[in-house]
Amino acid sequence: MSGSFDILIVGIGGQGTILASNILGDSCLIEGRQVRGAETHGMAQRGGSVESHIRIDGKFGPQIAPGQADLLISFDLLEALRYSHYLKKDGKIVVNRRLVLPTSVYTQKLTPPTEEEIIAALKAHELCLLDADRIATEAGSPLSQNVVMLGAAAKWMPLKPATLLEAVRRLVPKKTIEINTKAFTMGQDAGGKA
Amino acid sequence: MERKYLLGNEAIAHACLESGVDFVCGYPGTPSSEVVDTLRAQPDRPFYLEWSVNEKVALENALAAAWCGVRALCTMKHVGLNVAADPLMTSAYTGVTGGLVIMSADDPFAHSSQNEQDTRCYAHFARIPCFDPASVQEAHDMIPAAFKLSEEFGLPVLFRPTTRICHSKGDVALGPAVASPRKGAFHKDPRQYVVIPAHTRVLHKKLNEKQPALRKRLVELGFNRCEVRGKTAIIASGIAASYVQEILPDTVSFMKIGAYPIDEGWLKEFVGKHEKVLVIEELAPEVEETVRQVAGCIPVCGKKNGNAPYEGELSTAAVAGIMEKAGFLPKSLFAPAAMVENLPVRPPILCAGCLHRGAFYAIKKVFKDAVYPSDIGCYTLGLQLGVVDTTICMGASITVGSGIAHACEKQDVVCTIGDSTFLHTGVQGLMNAVYNGANMTVVILDNRITAMTGHQPNPNTGLTACGVETPAVSLDALCRACGVTFVETMDAFDLTGMVNVLQEAKKRSGVKVIIAKQMCVISARRAGVKRGRYTVDPEACTGCGTCVRFGCPAIEFADEKARINELCSGCSVCVHLCPVGAIVREGKR
Repeated sequence: MSGSFDILIVGIGGQGTILASNILGDSCLIEGRQVRGAETHGMAQRGGSVESHIRIDGKFGPQIAPGQADLLISFDLLEALRYSHYLKKDGKIVVNRRLVLPTSVYTQKLTPPTEEEIIAALKAHELCLLDADRIATEAGSPLSQNVVMLGAAAKWMPLKPATLLEAVRRLVPKKTIEINTKAFTMGQDAGGKA
Repeated sequence: MERKYLLGNEAIAHACLESGVDFVCGYPGTPSSEVVDTLRAQPDRPFYLEWSVNEKVALENALAAAWCGVRALCTMKHVGLNVAADPLMTSAYTGVTGGLVIMSADDPFAHSSQNEQDTRCYAHFARIPCFDPASVQEAHDMIPAAFKLSEEFGLPVLFRPTTRICHSKGDVALGPAVASPRKGAFHKDPRQYVVIPAHTRVLHKKLNEKQPALRKRLVELGFNRCEVRGKTAIIASGIAASYVQEILPDTVSFMKIGAYPIDEGWLKEFVGKHEKVLVIEELAPEVEETVRQVAGCIPVCGKKNGNAPYEGELSTAAVAGIMEKAGFLPKSLFAPAAMVENLPVRPPILCAGCLHRGAFYAIKKVFKDAVYPSDIGCYTLGLQLGVVDTTICMGASITVGSGIAHACEKQDVVCTIGDSTFLHTGVQGLMNAVYNGANMTVVILDNRITAMTGHQPNPNTGLTACGVETPAVSLDALCRACGVTFVETMDAFDLTGMVNVLQEAKKRSGVKVIIAKQMCVISARRAGVKRGRYTVDPEACTGCGTCVRFGCPAIEFADEKARINELCSGCSVCVHLCPVGAIVREGKR
């Protein structure tokens, strides 16, 4: 849109998408850049589908229009597909290789797409697929999966990895700094080079 | 000057610290709640703070504080202002001495609300000023100005951020927090504070006399501003102004409205310089109506000629569409992007281990053909379980229930209401139902917290907003004091007990109250409560699906068998549902 780099972070309420968006926001401040963001609060967080919009160098409204996002970071495969229309043609996806089926599948007997079908559909875009849960657990805590995701996405973001890491260290609880630093680096390794 | 990446509500809270606020109160409601939550989390608060039992109570407290000369902030969501409308309308007459800022957060698109009403209409109705921020930074900057304006004109000031201000984030320049120099004192003046007819007629005239100077001052403050750049113009208010600015062509004039009432002379001068004007604002055509009053024969586009919608929220893409329709070419156009269709929905759902799910199950089991009036809280999600038939506004489950019970002969009615909502405006309905002899059952879903809006304490919690211990209200004694003789307090996880007591209630006439008690599962987790998880014995499971229909997110179904995932918090209700006893404590197969 107007020179901003637009990132959409999506997942399921309670997965730590808000902390991830705060890390990006603080990174912008560290680099002296403007930023706008919007997110889901309130009851919608109770296990529902949640989204955080972050517009790096954004000066105007906080929301990203469908078809305009540069990067989609998704904590769940199904949510990646649900929000994939937000991406521009050359937009990229970083997705956690995990599929949490919504309760509606069981109570309303719906047929969900399979993991393979979702991945095939997401491949319309440049895709970075990683097992963030496993990596986070290896780093020391499954709760660090949001930081693993940011590590993997770092290669596609217009923010210096050192800045992101500094923001991670500022924002995570003190006693988890070491684990999250490790999670970020392991995420970077899993994401590979741009 | 410090810069921080903050949530709109956090920036608003910080601006109150910068304004030396003395008195803070409100009732939680999305999207307003984080302002008081941020202020109550401040260490060494140099001001008074409370969560009040409802918005009317909050506003009357804040008004009295402002009468005593101190600065008061009162927060609520837009529909809360309906509850507070009675003191609001007359507070404009009595006026204030200390600054009174009433934050009423609007929710275009009703993300978390029962309607899309517009707080600006209340400001118009009451003839008091209203601020309408376009960004997080402006929301922050308006707060000190609102306190000063309130003191200058002796009027309460409405502050109306929307969801996309309250729950959006941005880099915000903050000022230093200041200590308040004010000490409260009430100076008796019956002509000001006792609104008998003889006094109120005079006060109404004084209120009307304040209006012209008020309009002028809002232009001087810079929240209403304009720039002439061409032969056509766009006038936008609130966050819609930010959307417009992103795509505004260089040759189109722009007026930004951030405060009401709008100075009509100033507006007329601007409109008169153009051949066509487009007004873009969310919800009511508040700006547009004023523009139309001054436009004469200059064409005005907006809601009233069908260019813009009356409902829902706007966005940059929506604004681009409105501009195009009105013949203004935006800098960018947004091609519609198609969503992937037929994906299973993931709406919010009652948590695994939520007390409400078990209570709803028991109600439906005992009262199969009842009408189920419900109320506002997490338990409105009982709609998904088929146990919520009505929700209109806070506290209306019991009143709607008694209305149905009186109107329909031999109709079972079972109301559900949370503890905070019961104390907000439910108790009056209970008193009324008993007084007028209704036949109905009321289930108070008592999790001892205001959960949906972010776990604020209430009089039932035993803690104040500042974490000080306080006597907890006895719901049992309160219901009995209203005249209810059948009051039973139950463990909401005790499915058998719940079913038995509901059956007992069904046999009796009059108003029966069951208090289904259990901690909110999120509060319990935070408090470190650990219950063992449960698991399905795959050999015993017949795949009948009874537990799946319970709708708990911890229960999955694959390969013709139920399975319990790691979301299980050990409430054990499903153990009692399984007809073959296949659900057992983990590790004890």
